Amino acid sequence: MTTILQYLDPLLFAVLPYVALFTFFLMTIQRYRAATFTYSSLSSQFLENRRHFWGMVPFHYGILLVLTGHVLGLLIPDRILAWNSHPLRLYTLEITGLALGLLALVGLVSLLLRRIGTSNVRVVTSPADWILHALLLLQVGSGVYLAVFHPWGSSWYAAAAAPYLWSIVKLQPQLGFISAAPLAVKLHVTGAFLLVALFPFTRLVHILVVPNPYLWRKPQVVRWYR
Amino acid sequence: MDVRSQISMVFHLDKCLGCHTCSIACKNLWTDRKGTEYMWWNNVETKPGTGYPTCWEDQQKYQGGWEKNGKLKLRSTGKAKIVANIFHNPHMPSMDDYYEPWTYDYQNLFNAPEGPDQPIARPVSKVTGEYIEIESGPNWDDDLGGSPLYARNDPNLEGLSEAERQQLFAIERLVFFYFPRICNHCLNPACVAACPSGALYKRGEDGIVLVDQKRCRAWRACVAACPYKKVFYNWFTGKSEKCILCFPRVETGQAPACFHSCVGRIRYLGVLLYDAERIEEAANAAGNELIDAQRSLILDPFDPEVIRAAERKGLPESTIEAAQKSPVYQFVKVWKIALPPHLEFRTLPMLFYVPPMSPVLANRQNDVLDHASTDLFHDIEEARVPMKFLGNLLGVGNETKLRYALRKQKAVRWYRRAITVGDVDLQTAQKMLREADCTAEEAEGIFRMTALCPAEERFVIPPSHREQAAEMFGDVMDRKQGTGFGFLSAPRRGL
Repeated sequence: MTTILQYLDPLLFAVLPYVALFTFFLMTIQRYRAATFTYSSLSSQFLENRRHFWGMVPFHYGILLVLTGHVLGLLIPDRILAWNSHPLRLYTLEITGLALGLLALVGLVSLLLRRIGTSNVRVVTSPADWILHALLLLQVGSGVYLAVFHPWGSSWYAAAAAPYLWSIVKLQPQLGFISAAPLAVKLHVTGAFLLVALFPFTRLVHILVVPNPYLWRKPQVVRWYR
Repeated sequence: MDVRSQISMVFHLDKCLGCHTCSIACKNLWTDRKGTEYMWWNNVETKPGTGYPTCWEDQQKYQGGWEKNGKLKLRSTGKAKIVANIFHNPHMPSMDDYYEPWTYDYQNLFNAPEGPDQPIARPVSKVTGEYIEIESGPNWDDDLGGSPLYARNDPNLEGLSEAERQQLFAIERLVFFYFPRICNHCLNPACVAACPSGALYKRGEDGIVLVDQKRCRAWRACVAACPYKKVFYNWFTGKSEKCILCFPRVETGQAPACFHSCVGRIRYLGVLLYDAERIEEAANAAGNELIDAQRSLILDPFDPEVIRAAERKGLPESTIEAAQKSPVYQFVKVWKIALPPHLEFRTLPMLFYVPPMSPVLANRQNDVLDHASTDLFHDIEEARVPMKFLGNLLGVGNETKLRYALRKQKAVRWYRRAITVGDVDLQTAQKMLREADCTAEEAEGIFRMTALCPAEERFVIPPSHREQAAEMFGDVMDRKQGTGFGFLSAPRRGL
């Protein structure tokens, strides 16, 4: 038993990240090249319009802002720590993070209920969607749990988790932080890598085709043969 | 002058008999796939009526098209709005605004156990496969001219007096006409301007508006933006689809399926040359000048200067020739009897309608059936479909252009009647022609194109110059049940 656990940490936190990243880049590009048609947000708003709003909007705003926080913690950990040096600012950041996490969770749960409860929408739900929903629920759920029961995450993430993630980027995984971390943290990190790995096989690919060119293109589009 | 060519259309409403053959031809050819069952790229509506999807003309409800507040802006979306609305489009119609497609459980007719009653085939949803109660359909208000549920909710009734409404709906006097619709392949398409992904585009060579199935990401902005609701969302593949004006047919010199199959021969297809430089200016014109502004975009294909400019732009000679023979040019620009639908949405639709004549109001003076009047065109004004209604539909709320078109049609009728039947005198007919601003040649032209309308004059399709079309080197005639052209993978829904 101990031997399994002994190997589990390196497997999950030193091997899985690379498997995930490799799969992500290879399969996303492959899917874009071979099956461009399948790149779609696969909206089901047409089939169910009301509950769609109450799920879609809180989930997306919540998850996007929380993700932005994670990325900032990764890119500018020092600034985050400096910001958190003042208790009031730390509390503000923590509460904001928790609120956004809860927003995402509420949105996700209502989306899941919508998917289960609306027969029209159930028809257009693939096995990949169900797996993705479960994984996202685990991810957002564990994130909210961490925010509540392992507080000051904005600080310890910047101080300890960010270096671990950078060690992966630098191809020299340092498992010091993660081995000592509580189970919920391990769950959250593993979930993140799984999401990255499954990314190209799910509807998550719509994130990559977010239509930013719209913001600066001319209104009309004309295509010529020549 | 930036001369471009547009394949455009005229529908002669006076000839439409409401048989839906066009809709069926289109359905069989293009929208019999999963996810497209509810789409009617071509549909025929009864007017007055609410149409399909329900009350599509009501932009308070759907927020389609452009609005002019100084600058021209899309009602439903924009660069700022799209960021906020991309997760949930507040103006997206849902299946409830259309209908849930269904089939019938025919097996039950054979498999039902013996019993005292006849077995029935219950309706089954084509979305969920479950039994459903049918609540509406694509032509649910077909022929329901006076119905309080449908006809009385027609958005075009706005501004009509109570008497005019009564005249439309009174039993035994009620009247309706048919209004077939396809995509208008607009010059200033709202769907194209709304698409965040840039998947929708207008083809430069012939102006057909298409959705690039590989670039569509299901942001749904096109569905909301099109004021005619002629872009549909395929709920299965997660892609928007719309009328493609049967471009594989047009490119091979055949009329689109709905045109080809039209029993009443109400449909005309031809090239219009237009000045692309002035599109924005025309779309921005004041409401009462919109029709003239759009007409002024259309260039005279016989004008040597236009021909030179077209050649400079690289338009093939065959296209210019087709433009000269175009029936649409005659209807819209020369005769001026075809008008665009709801130009006030400012998309500059390139499908034009010849307004329908309707029966005259009888029983007007104290129960005496008397139609005598010194005004030869009195029955245009006293037609059962009020001019105001037609004006809302085809005249940007104004009746002048409609009156002109109807008077001309009426004059042509009298003129031809004087010639062929002889029970009205030619002098009166000629006087009517003069009053309707119509020469005898013009009248003969209108008569020929309306009554005789040989296929080769109705459909003047320019050669597509396949040699220039890189797109066509692939397999053009993909296979049935496929989605899109130019790629051969099956339309599998993404994971």
